[in-house]
Amino acid sequence: MSNIPEQLRYAASHEWIKVEDDIGTVGISDHAQHELSDVVYVDLPKIGAQIAAGAVVAVVESVKAASDIYSPVSGEVVAINNELITQPEIVNRDPYGEAWLYRLKLSHPAELDVLKNAAGYKAQIGG
Amino acid sequence: MNTSAQLQKTALFEAHQKLGARLVDFGGWQMPVQYSGIIEEHKAVREAAGVFDISHMGEFFVSGAGALDFLNGLLTNDVAKLSVGQGQYTLMLNEQGGVIDDLIIYRRTEDQYFLVVNASKIDEDRAWVEKKLKLPAGKGVFFSDRSEMYSAVALQGPKALEIARAFLGAGWPEPKRNEITNYSWNCQEIFTARTGYTGEDGIEIFFKNEIAESFFFALLDAGKPFGLKPCGLGARDTLRLEACLPLNGNDLSEKRTPLAAGLGMFVSLTKSASFPGKDILLQQKSEGMKEKLVAFRLKDKGPPPRPHYLLYQGEAQVGEVTSGAPSPTLGYGIGLAYVRADCAEPGTSLELEVRGTRVPVEIIKKPFYKRPV
Repeated sequence: MSNIPEQLRYAASHEWIKVEDDIGTVGISDHAQHELSDVVYVDLPKIGAQIAAGAVVAVVESVKAASDIYSPVSGEVVAINNELITQPEIVNRDPYGEAWLYRLKLSHPAELDVLKNAAGYKAQIGG
Repeated sequence: MNTSAQLQKTALFEAHQKLGARLVDFGGWQMPVQYSGIIEEHKAVREAAGVFDISHMGEFFVSGAGALDFLNGLLTNDVAKLSVGQGQYTLMLNEQGGVIDDLIIYRRTEDQYFLVVNASKIDEDRAWVEKKLKLPAGKGVFFSDRSEMYSAVALQGPKALEIARAFLGAGWPEPKRNEITNYSWNCQEIFTARTGYTGEDGIEIFFKNEIAESFFFALLDAGKPFGLKPCGLGARDTLRLEACLPLNGNDLSEKRTPLAAGLGMFVSLTKSASFPGKDILLQQKSEGMKEKLVAFRLKDKGPPPRPHYLLYQGEAQVGEVTSGAPSPTLGYGIGLAYVRADCAEPGTSLELEVRGTRVPVEIIKKPFYKRPV
């Protein structure tokens, strides 16, 4: 059974976002890390990059395959989690905490309204 | 929504579900990709032992007075070198010298041979063999595809033989490397072969579907004190890649010969029998290879290589990756690739293109991993 924190918003493609003021912190869900299994490499965006909602913003690689990560909202990347470059396995250990991927300054906060809440995401993944 | 209804299941399907395996489509079969995790299972096989369901693989029997000559005209290795009870790795080629399948052939009795072929190639292999049986060389040869009757598991790792001895008991005739022996378990016939696809010592055990689940669970129980774990196809792939054992469909294909794949030692160009593709292989050997299958590693930590990534020397594209993964044993990315022959020497530095950026790689001498003796 997946952990799905109440206070986050979720994209159908399994990213979560937490917003404080106009800064969003993005990561992948517990369900997503479980499906990927052993994460061995993470490719992060460059600080300053302008990202559109739904665009590929990062890549998370497991032993088996590389998986694209899509930005849940549009904005400018203002921080990336460099810890993941040397310790990609924390994505499996703490997907909602230590293993955040990047932070962005939201350019279209209204995009948050189309994301799912915890109940909606729970319904999507079936539990 | 999903096509699992059309996928084939092995006799161990329910066992995998009971063990909590993650099941995926593998060449039309619903197979476990992992149980506890690929890296954990990989390490179990390198350090203790793992057991894999290989029931999806095909089992062919060829017998009769003409079997030896027929098989020598079908396969690349020299079947006449096999004594009763021995096996060898060999290849079945098309008329252009391309690989239809790679397989192990065992001589079970004077004139009965047992062939273990890749799951995704069973139908194609059978059609090819049946076509060849209609030629004059097929006279006095009996062929039967018993893939649907047989299940099999591979018990692999430094503790594999200890586990097998404990599980099968003192009466078990232990096969030496590449040998196969007959035995019985609970009054049912089993074959045990000292072969595998992981780079470790171990055995592959073949039995009828009826005893598959009871055999599998009894083996897991017997192996538990030795650290035996059930392992999926994910670990099987990283293990075989570290050992540089080719995977048909990735590293072998109908477009390339076994000489290009570096498998010349399994091709007898000196045996008198002519097999499909032999002329082309002889020609290739005299002219020299234009490209070779090489092993390469990332020089630094970085994104793991994946099939179809391209290799460059300066601006020139000189190769394409056919297999790639992070190596759980070594801790960096490794792969197999076909590269231009002049770039194939161990020590050569090339660049791998990953999502638009280049990372440095080095050609290395095969294999990446050799078990300690």
